[in-house]
Amino acid sequence: MSRVAVFRREHFNAAHRLFNPAWDDKKNDEVFGKCNNPNYHGHNYELEIKITGEPDPETGYVIDLKKLSDIVTENVLDKFDHKNLNLDTTYFVKLNPTAENIAVVIYEILRKKIDPALDLKVRLYETGRNFVEYPA
Amino acid sequence: MVYLTRIEHFNAAHKLYNEGWSREQNEAVFGKCANENWHGHNYELYVTIKGIPDSETGFLFDVKKLSGIINGLVIEKLDHKNLNMDVDFMKGKMCSTENLAIAIWEQLSSSLPEGVQLHCIKLYETPRIYVEYFGE
Repeated sequence: MSRVAVFRREHFNAAHRLFNPAWDDKKNDEVFGKCNNPNYHGHNYELEIKITGEPDPETGYVIDLKKLSDIVTENVLDKFDHKNLNLDTTYFVKLNPTAENIAVVIYEILRKKIDPALDLKVRLYETGRNFVEYPA
Repeated sequence: MVYLTRIEHFNAAHKLYNEGWSREQNEAVFGKCANENWHGHNYELYVTIKGIPDSETGFLFDVKKLSGIINGLVIEKLDHKNLNMDVDFMKGKMCSTENLAIAIWEQLSSSLPEGVQLHCIKLYETPRIYVEYFGE
């Protein structure tokens, strides 16, 4: 059988702030610039989930994309959409909510919910021109 | 008459919350947009001006200068900010996309040279939600 990649695109809108509490204000400003604004800023995040595997001989599906959408909605979007990533989620209490770290967190959340026989890759767009992918 | 549009963008946090209402009423009207700790968007701003091209330059208005005006009066005040807390021209206003478009119009309309009129402020809050304001 041939391996096929299927994709589901989702989105969420969230506030965040990049700063390292171990650094003083000056160093945070130098490293994170305007992303360090104390009152937060925000983005429309676009999320692409890539699942790779062999189509099931009985259904023809790699994965039922409606079920994948439900998994992403319940485990990621319901926690992140219209939230403050620093304040309203449990994942970024000690972790800076950069696009890199958000993608890794989303991967770890979803990996537990998806058949281990299927490969998973997460691509996250923070803006139209800045995006990250995990695993690399 | 020629219409010329300059596109800019900014990323900001906000919430929709009427301080004169109870939390329950805010959540009933604004739903997840009322989240206490903010959420955010990648805003796309389309500024359209109109006028007659200059006979010597062929320009309606130098777009580099237009961009400089938009950046100085609008983008620098909004980008990577909290619209409710950090922006002088949104103080005391509900931070809906509608009100933000009107406020941007008011920032820009009196700063254009003679012969150049502001025609439209078009503001995308998400790729699927936008408002237009024509100063009417």
